[in-house]
Amino acid sequence: MLTLTCPYCGVSGEETEFHAGGEAHLKRFISGSTDAEFDEYMFLRENPKGVHFERWRHVYGCGKWFHAARDTNTLEVFGTYSAQVSEPPKEIKDKISAKRPGWSWRNFK
Amino acid sequence: MSKAVSALAGAKASVLVAIEERGLQGMITLRGDFASAAFKKAVKSVLGVDLPGQRAVAVAGEKAVAWMSPDELLVMVPHEEADAVVEALSGALKSEHHLAVNVSDARAVFRLSGKDALVREVIAKVAPVDMAGFGPGQIRRTRISQVAGAFWQPEAGVLDLVCFRSVAQYVFDLLKVSAMEGSEVGHLG
Repeated sequence: MLTLTCPYCGVSGEETEFHAGGEAHLKRFISGSTDAEFDEYMFLRENPKGVHFERWRHVYGCGKWFHAARDTNTLEVFGTYSAQVSEPPKEIKDKISAKRPGWSWRNFK
Repeated sequence: MSKAVSALAGAKASVLVAIEERGLQGMITLRGDFASAAFKKAVKSVLGVDLPGQRAVAVAGEKAVAWMSPDELLVMVPHEEADAVVEALSGALKSEHHLAVNVSDARAVFRLSGKDALVREVIAKVAPVDMAGFGPGQIRRTRISQVAGAFWQPEAGVLDLVCFRSVAQYVFDLLKVSAMEGSEVGHLG
């Protein structure tokens, strides 16, 4: 069971109050992109054992979307942050580096 | 105009705590930019309270304003005043991007009253909320077993809970079971 903290309403709630929204920080490739780019965007997802970034929605609470950084292996949540960013903020990356030195996820490390 | 009736016509149950459907309650959803001075001013002038802080409830007589999300308030007024208050809010916010809508008849309101620890315990059994850290002045939107709901405590020993009207019977039955005689846990004192 995950305990997530919604960055918008400050509630620390357990997983059932939220809804997972899939992988975070996807870049959309639509018309005009190459087949390879579209294939990557549409079908290919990370499935790491360890550090992972996801979108979540506080569906039974304030209804806002946000991002979460967590470990899929230990279920430790490193932090949650605003949905209005295209990459994890520095303090989240620093927190992960302190606990999982040498981590990387897609282009982030 | 048809006569307004509440979801369960004031159903009551007296178990570990008293559970009561509160009947008609005026409720307005108000959305807008909380950072805007005009929005704050409109709330203050129409409703007579300052904009509540994060997850807080501000009360002024029969009116109350609850913080629902970073851009949404729940305004509670007497049922018959709801339309007039919506009009007043819309007028005061004419130049602002906002939404004010009367949702009174889409909701049901319950009141639990009794020993404070028991009232909070009845909720603790059905919602994933740490009720030891909950008290008057706060509002919590959460999951009430299988449905969405929100609750706050006007004072110790009293708790008001809102849910959608369509699930009113479910929530009433759920609360009755949660407050069944002999089911006290006693972990909240």
